[in-house]
Amino acid sequence: MSNSGQNPSPAAAEEARQIIKIIDLHKWFGEFHVLRGINLEVAAGERIVVCGPSGSGKSTMIRCINRLEEHQRGQIIVDGIELSNNLKNIEKIREEVGMVFQHFNLFPHLTILDNLTLGPIWVKKMPRREAEEIAMYFLEKVHIAEQAKKFPGQLSGGQQQRVAIARSLCMKPKVMLFDEPTSALDPEMVKEVLDVMISLAHEGMTMIVVTHEMGFAKSVAHRVLFMDEGRIVEENTPDEFFDHPEHERTKLFLSQILH
Amino acid sequence: MTVYEPIEEFTDLKPPVTSIGVLGWIRSKLFNNWYNSLLTLATLYLLVKVVPPFIDWAVINGNWNTTGAACHQSKGACWSIIHANIRFIMFGFYPPTEQWRPLLAMMLLFALLLVSRNRRWWSKYLGFAWLAGLVVMGLLMKGGLFGLPAVDSGQWGGLPLTLILSVFGLTAAYPLGVILALGRQSRMPAIRYLTIVYIEMIRGVPLISLLFMSAIIFPLFLPEGVTINKIIRAQVAIIMFTAAYVAEVVRGGLQAIPKGQYEAAESLGLNYWQTMRLIVLPQALKIVIPPTVSILISAFKDTSLVVIIALYDILKTTQSTLSNPEWMGFSTEAYLFLALVYFICCYFMSTWSRKLEKELQT
Repeated sequence: MSNSGQNPSPAAAEEARQIIKIIDLHKWFGEFHVLRGINLEVAAGERIVVCGPSGSGKSTMIRCINRLEEHQRGQIIVDGIELSNNLKNIEKIREEVGMVFQHFNLFPHLTILDNLTLGPIWVKKMPRREAEEIAMYFLEKVHIAEQAKKFPGQLSGGQQQRVAIARSLCMKPKVMLFDEPTSALDPEMVKEVLDVMISLAHEGMTMIVVTHEMGFAKSVAHRVLFMDEGRIVEENTPDEFFDHPEHERTKLFLSQILH
Repeated sequence: MTVYEPIEEFTDLKPPVTSIGVLGWIRSKLFNNWYNSLLTLATLYLLVKVVPPFIDWAVINGNWNTTGAACHQSKGACWSIIHANIRFIMFGFYPPTEQWRPLLAMMLLFALLLVSRNRRWWSKYLGFAWLAGLVVMGLLMKGGLFGLPAVDSGQWGGLPLTLILSVFGLTAAYPLGVILALGRQSRMPAIRYLTIVYIEMIRGVPLISLLFMSAIIFPLFLPEGVTINKIIRAQVAIIMFTAAYVAEVVRGGLQAIPKGQYEAAESLGLNYWQTMRLIVLPQALKIVIPPTVSILISAFKDTSLVVIIALYDILKTTQSTLSNPEWMGFSTEAYLFLALVYFICCYFMSTWSRKLEKELQT
């Protein structure tokens, strides 16, 4: 369960530093048991795609990693820091973990440039000029530098999502979490966002991506996780996962999304 | 499938005369159907009945600079009441020899307000200018330094008093209201319940009773010999009252901000105060500009309630002139003048809020 053929991860992947370690994670929404014992280790530079039917807990799981949701049992350790109620730890982890949302969540009252510089200036206490240089660098990277002075409302969905990715990158995160980044987009805009994510993958970013874009999973993921009813049901390389799914539920799910 | 033949020649036709210009406007806005035509005619009839007599009374037969006795002889309006009493209406019991001081203070205040109208001039320096301006205004009003004779605040009155109560009242109530709104949303139960109790208690009580409490009951709790200035007590009552209303309006704005905004801010690593200051409040406060300004305008008008604790604001000074036998009976003119003063101030606020809304639109 290590490398896919097309995408050999760094040679020392097995010994590579673990950047995320999740041990027996449980979470309840009221009485409802959403996550029922998740165990997951992610090495630096590893790219993981998480899929599964809606309500299976995939979003909840990655939202636990930067404490947008609080877990009630088990441990989450990010880059050696354990998530607890300690606010300092939460803030440290949030600086290291970037998050991209389904609905972009750009700040509508700020220009694109200000959206990007906000984190570096206020969290990293960076001088404005330096923050703007970094912001422009990443805006160019997502091919949208010419829109820097516009407001989010003036951009298309695909453009907004690319801005959101750039906004996270400006914080120089060690891990990027993607929560269904293309689900809210019109079909013709999915590709431009996936392209940005693929180039990010090629640069060696550690990524956990909740998505149903199976093409993306095949081309960049080291591992695909299939979740159902709050558990990781199956875990494999993309090739194995798609060609020889083992679990009945995985087969059913794949038959539904792959037509 | 239908194929549209290209039209060979275009000839621009003029629209019919009845649909453009003044005629077109009148037709489409005033006489576009039978009930609108009826309304238009009825309104015209009313205007004809009301406007010319009013102009007759107010302008043609109006008395501008006469004695009260002459006014009583005349059929027209007696604007002389304003003219003859303007000093008292404007400044109340402020010593006449010193009245240039409140006048100067008010002009300073108007200048600062006008400059602050333009958002491009909002800067650190404007903030300092306001601070310096307030100190100078206080000094001018109070005196006692730099050879200015001291004037007891019991003698303050008229327009300066109204403006002091409202400008300080509104500028203090707004931030306090925002803090209360945040408190009401707090995750800490102690803070949340305290603010809820505060807001609900204040909203459950009319302003008049708060003013009475501040004027009559509050001093009973003070130790012997300690007194707090009556204006300050009224001021605090106005601030507490207005803040509770602002808080509820701002809370409405806070609830309109999608959860995703908080999550995006949190996942960037912003802490609570940064999230509020940079992300949530700028959006929430913008949404609630119209209702907030309504509250501020009504708070401005409510400052006139201080008459009941015997403060001489501009409403009270104007009323007082009516009790002078020479000017008795000219209340219409006096109140019209007063209405004009209030209207100018309120209109300033509402146009400014519309301007601000437009500028902040993204």
